[in-house]
Amino acid sequence: MAMLKVTDLKVNYGVIQAIKGVSFEVNQGEVIALIGANGAGKTTILHTVTGLLAPKSGKIEFEGQDITKMPAHKIVALGMAHVPEGRRVFADLTVYENLLMGAYIRKDKEGIQKSLENVYKRFPRLRERKGQMAGTLSGGEQQMLAMGRALMSSPKIILMDEPSMGLSPLFVNEIFDIIKVVSASGTTVLLVEQNAKKALSIANRAYVLETGKIVKSDDADVLMNDDSIKKAYLGE
Amino acid sequence: MDLINAILEQILNGLRTGSIYALIALGYTMVYGIAKMINFAHGDIIMVGAYALYVFVGVLKINPVLAAILTIAVCALLGITIEKVAYKPLRNAQPLAVLITAIGMSYLLQNVALLIFKATPIPFGSIIKVPSVKIGALNISGLTIVTLVVTTISMILLTLFINKTKMGRAMRAVSEDKGAAELMGINVNQTISMTFAIGSALAAVAGILYISQYESLLPTLGALPGIKAFVAAVLGGIGSIPGAMLGGIILGIIESMSKAYISTQLADAIVFGVLVIVLLVRPSGLLGKMKIEKV
Repeated sequence: MAMLKVTDLKVNYGVIQAIKGVSFEVNQGEVIALIGANGAGKTTILHTVTGLLAPKSGKIEFEGQDITKMPAHKIVALGMAHVPEGRRVFADLTVYENLLMGAYIRKDKEGIQKSLENVYKRFPRLRERKGQMAGTLSGGEQQMLAMGRALMSSPKIILMDEPSMGLSPLFVNEIFDIIKVVSASGTTVLLVEQNAKKALSIANRAYVLETGKIVKSDDADVLMNDDSIKKAYLGE
Repeated sequence: MDLINAILEQILNGLRTGSIYALIALGYTMVYGIAKMINFAHGDIIMVGAYALYVFVGVLKINPVLAAILTIAVCALLGITIEKVAYKPLRNAQPLAVLITAIGMSYLLQNVALLIFKATPIPFGSIIKVPSVKIGALNISGLTIVTLVVTTISMILLTLFINKTKMGRAMRAVSEDKGAAELMGINVNQTISMTFAIGSALAAVAGILYISQYESLLPTLGALPGIKAFVAAVLGGIGSIPGAMLGGIILGIIESMSKAYISTQLADAIVFGVLVIVLLVRPSGLLGKMKIEKV
C-alpha cells in the first residue's frame, strides 16, 4: 500500500484550473521527485496535500486515511512535514525557537530534546546561531533551518518545495546531501524541484508535470536518459 | 521644592492614566499583529467591562475581587465572540470591509449599552479602597498605587507569556506567517481567538481601573480612552508589544503635563500633535519595525 496516494486531484485558483486531475503515489522509504517548469503546479500540489489549499475534487490518502478535507494543523500531527517554498522561517523568532515550533505538536520533552540534538548534529551551523533571529541568517542557513524545523516533528514523510531555490551551488550540494541523509535515516521524501538534474540524481522515481497534468512518470534513471526530458529539463 | 513635588505629582498622574492607555493599547497592537486589523470596537470593551463591574458590584452585590474576575471573564468571552461572529468570516476580505465592520461593532456595543442602561450617567463609586501614601510632601493616592501595581503585573505576565510559553511562541509565529504556522501544527483559529481573549481581558482590567477613576458610567465612556490608546499603540509602533507599553506611558505623561502646565483645553491637541510629529520622523512608530519589502 502506498504511503501517500493522490487520486485525480483537481485544484482551482479562482476560475483557473491549476491542477487538472493529477494522480501519484509515494511509497514508504522512497524519494519521489515532482519536476516541471515554473507554473506547472508543483507547489499547488504540495499545498493541497498538506491542507493549505482545498481541492475542487479528488482524493488524498495518507497511510490509508482520507486526509482530503483535513485542516493543515491536523495533517502535521499524522507525521507529514512540509518545507515550504521560500523557506518561510519565522524571522522574528530565534533559530532555537523556530526549531521548537517544528516540534509544536509533540509533547515528549525528552524526544524533542533528542531531535534537537540530531538537528544540531546534522546542521552544526544552526547550533552556532541558535540564539540569533532567523531573519538574520543567510538564504542557505534559512533553508537548513526550515529543514531542521520540519525534522523536529519527527515526520514519516517530508515534503520539500524547491529547497535549492536561490542558493549558491555550494549550498545546493550541501542541501541535497542532507536530503540523502534524511532519506537514508528512513524518512520518505517528496521533492519538488525546478533543478531537475539534481532532483533526478537523488530520486527513486519521478513525475513530470506540465501545466497541471502529469505527462510522464518513471524511474529516475530512466527519465534521466529520456531524450525529451533531457531536452526540456536537463538542458542537454 | 514645591515645584519639584508638583512635577512629580503630575508625572505620577501621567503614569496612572498612561498605564491604563498602555493596557488598552496592548489589545490593539496584539490583534493588529495577529489579525492585521484595527479592532475599533476594542475601546467599547472597556465600557462593557465598566458596566459589567457595575452590575456585579452595584446590582448583584458580589464581592469586588470576585466581581473583577467575573468582569475580566465576561470581556474575554465577548472578545472571542466578536472575533468569531464579525471578523472571522471576513478574514480574507479587503481591509476596508473589516474596518467598517469593526466600526459597526463599536456602534452596536454602544447602542446595546444605551438600550439596557439608558443615556443618563450612572454614578458608581470606586471599588478600590486603598489609603493614600505620603512620601515626604508627596501624596500618592491609593488608586494610583493600585493602578500602577496592577498594570505593571499585567505587563510582566503578558511579556513572560509571549516570550517564554509555547502558546506565546505560537502567537508570535501566527502573527508572522499564518500558513507556515499551520504547517507546524498550530491551530491558527484557536490562536487568534486566544489573542482576542487576552486583549479583551486586558481591556477589562483597564476598564475597571478607568471607572474607578471617573466613577460615572456612560455608554460612550470607552470611546475616548479607546482612541487615545489607539494613538498610543501607533506612537509606540503598532504590532510591537513593548511599543504599546511605551506609547501608553509617554502619552499619559504628555497629557498630564500639558494639562498642568500648558492648557487643559489644548492637552488633547498636544497629544495628537506629538503623534503627527513622531509619525513624520518615524512612520513605523517608536519601536515599530521598519518593514523592508523583499522581492
